[in-house]
Amino acid sequence: MSDTKLATRRTFLKGTTAVAAGLTLSSLARSAHAAGSDKIRVALIGCGGRGNGAIDNCLDADPSIHVVAVADAFEAPATNAAKNLKRNRPDRVDIPAEHIFVGLDAYQKAIDCGIDMIVTATPPGFRPFVYNAAIKAGKHVFMEKPCCVDAPGFNLLMETNKLAEEKGLKVGVGFQRRHTPQFIETIEKIHDGALGKLILLQAYWNGGDIWNRPRREGMTEMQYQVNNWYHFCWLCGDNICEQHIHNLDVCNWAMDDHPVEANGMGGCTCRYNGDKKGTGQIFDHHFIEFTYKSGAKLYSQCRHIPNTWGREGQHVFGTEGNSSVPGGIQKAAKSKENRKARKSLFGDSMVQEHHDLISAIKNNEKYVEGWHGATSSMTAVLGRMATYSGQVVRWDDAVAKGTSEFPKQLAWDAPAPVKKDSDGNYPIPLPGVYRAY
Amino acid sequence: MIRLLSIRNLPQSVLWILALVVLVGIAASLYSRTAPAADKAAATTLPAKSYDPVIRLPNVTGKPVVKNGMASSAELEQIAEAKAKLLARPTPEWMPKPVLDIPEAMAADAASMKAYNEQVPGTDSKFKMVPIPGGTFAMGSPAAEKGHQPDEAPQHEVSVEPFWMEEHEVTWTEYELWALNLDKQRRKFNKTETTERDKVIDAIAVPTSPYQEMSFGMGKEGTPAICMTQFAAKVYCRWLSAKTGRYYRLPTEAEWEHACRAGKSTAYSFGDDPAKLGDYAWYTENSDDKYHRVATKKPNPWGLYDMHGNVSEWVIDQYDLGFYGKTAGKANPLAPNTKEFGRVVRGGSWDDDAEKCRSATRRASEKDWKKQDPQIPKSIWYLTDATFVGFRVIRPLRTPTAQEAMKYEVDEDQLTAYKDYVMAQANKQ
Repeated sequence: MSDTKLATRRTFLKGTTAVAAGLTLSSLARSAHAAGSDKIRVALIGCGGRGNGAIDNCLDADPSIHVVAVADAFEAPATNAAKNLKRNRPDRVDIPAEHIFVGLDAYQKAIDCGIDMIVTATPPGFRPFVYNAAIKAGKHVFMEKPCCVDAPGFNLLMETNKLAEEKGLKVGVGFQRRHTPQFIETIEKIHDGALGKLILLQAYWNGGDIWNRPRREGMTEMQYQVNNWYHFCWLCGDNICEQHIHNLDVCNWAMDDHPVEANGMGGCTCRYNGDKKGTGQIFDHHFIEFTYKSGAKLYSQCRHIPNTWGREGQHVFGTEGNSSVPGGIQKAAKSKENRKARKSLFGDSMVQEHHDLISAIKNNEKYVEGWHGATSSMTAVLGRMATYSGQVVRWDDAVAKGTSEFPKQLAWDAPAPVKKDSDGNYPIPLPGVYRAY
Repeated sequence: MIRLLSIRNLPQSVLWILALVVLVGIAASLYSRTAPAADKAAATTLPAKSYDPVIRLPNVTGKPVVKNGMASSAELEQIAEAKAKLLARPTPEWMPKPVLDIPEAMAADAASMKAYNEQVPGTDSKFKMVPIPGGTFAMGSPAAEKGHQPDEAPQHEVSVEPFWMEEHEVTWTEYELWALNLDKQRRKFNKTETTERDKVIDAIAVPTSPYQEMSFGMGKEGTPAICMTQFAAKVYCRWLSAKTGRYYRLPTEAEWEHACRAGKSTAYSFGDDPAKLGDYAWYTENSDDKYHRVATKKPNPWGLYDMHGNVSEWVIDQYDLGFYGKTAGKANPLAPNTKEFGRVVRGGSWDDDAEKCRSATRRASEKDWKKQDPQIPKSIWYLTDATFVGFRVIRPLRTPTAQEAMKYEVDEDQLTAYKDYVMAQANKQ
């Protein structure tokens, strides 16, 4: 996609940040972006499917992006990412062998190897630490969602957001809906009162199951859990954090707030049966009633059970009307152009989110998406605390008292945070018994 | 809720048992001698030779580990090779014989072809197959046709052999028996015995878990399956063939157009007037921006529903602009598959204008159909943006030889992509 096209699209996104007419090197003052060079040197941290997707979107977004380092906890993904990136973008990828970092501390080495920016898609449990390390080192950050999986992670994010603002660093978060014209337009209308006062919101991520990586002989328990990260709460935060967060973020955006309280129910019925027995510990369904300060309710449901009723999206109801964000308020005219835009709602916005971040870097505009990245991530955590415990959980209590399972010592041969019981199963939280804090 | 039909409950199988008692052997020898193309009498056990497609995967877990206990790239390559080998074998070479004998599904020649209801054994999935006569027709459209596009020229005569075609697009119910591995899971849940035959069928590849809800809010009840790659559609056909013991595949582009025209040379099978399209098709003017239940509009003269609308349908051919100019007078033309994109879908969809719903309209797959797939490598199973693409199956009267079948099945390009994907997915299951 051409830069011009993105810039044109961006002018449409009025209300976010203004577009500078001309980009000159002198506008790059104070940024970590190397002065005297029009290159932005980027390290990819976390080389899984989404990491490789995100760096590709980033390269598409702006010709100034050059990838100079990769890091992953495991060797094969790091090596393959370096190889494939070089093959696909020979002129914009230059990763010397000594810039392929492997191991649990690889992220720090990549941050310190002489870069301007990181694109990170590690398992979510690591993200607050990676973010914090990058901001401390003075690097711009694009991080995937969710940004944290527990309250201590949230607090670290908030502290780091503040630091990023103080240092003038730019932070993008992978909520592509926030960069999709149809969403922006609809939310603006909602904020302008098109639906009156919002009183009820619904959010859905009901879909099928996810991958599950088997244990291999010779793996330590820590290696198994980090590799099969989706199935461990300390790494992924459960599916409400990992995927449903997109819908919760849209609801928070529409409300321009985060919930103050949650109660809910959930469980794990189908995920670890048969040959999947003893492979993980997360729920496969959650239903949560969130309450906002204004009294508005958000009913949120997310499920990972194949061949059950599916829906991904949200619907908001106000005193004057309702909208299946991003639709409902205005029916798009049946022009070819509209049809095309509708068809690829998120394809372009996954590039747009990088473009917006890079523009902010080049123009040195204030840009810290870490704020809503943190609160929406914590909203998902709050919901999970409610479904796991079966209790009413309040935001302030959760933030202040919520604990983390993240291991004290992070090493392949260190004890893993979660242990199997005598039946060979990882503990799946029991509502009524599990304590949120 | 989950209801499994045992073979004994089925009227077809009752007929079959009666037929077997009465005709013992006579029918079998008659069919096998005089009608090689038709179904043979069902065999309850399968001959050992035609029935050992299982290529054992290397036992990687027993090997010395490499760094971090992860598979080495050599190990992954071994696995990928073995899996690809399994897919590369043309279906007729190893396809198990029919389990359920369906008398209407047997035909010695074109004249005796009847419509029949296919029943996927051990499941409640049924669909109707209608006979499509072979013959010659004018493929493409004349320049004078309203909406004519250059890729529909030159209009040229080609012939196709007789086949049956599914009367409607493959529904989610049909598709997900395979795509979500439901058949296997239900057997397990109901504690049904896994036969040798099941083991063979279970070895056929299934898609990875979808990242999101694949009907994109349009619902799955009685509606067409969408967003699958042509590769996925082809592997489904292989699974369906193995399950039923009857050879199913995607149509060629010529077969599809022949079936869509149903003997008519007009822009649509009902004439030239787009004002009547709403009676026959879900398209942009009446679809409310979504697909609809299959077979809820009028069928074409040969009994096929939704050929002009609802969802576009995969055919086998590669989109080749020069191809129409080279195939005049030819029998069974098929533009060979060469690369991932630029494969043809035919028939309009809920998202198309009337002109794009004409019998001659062609459309080639594009890279953008995978745009919102967030991962790299992008999935070989899903086209996350192609919410307007589905397919339907055909069954040729004459079952092809293994050699002939190669051109209808998973091709070299798809095999390479499959191997790469298995490698890249590394330890994902």
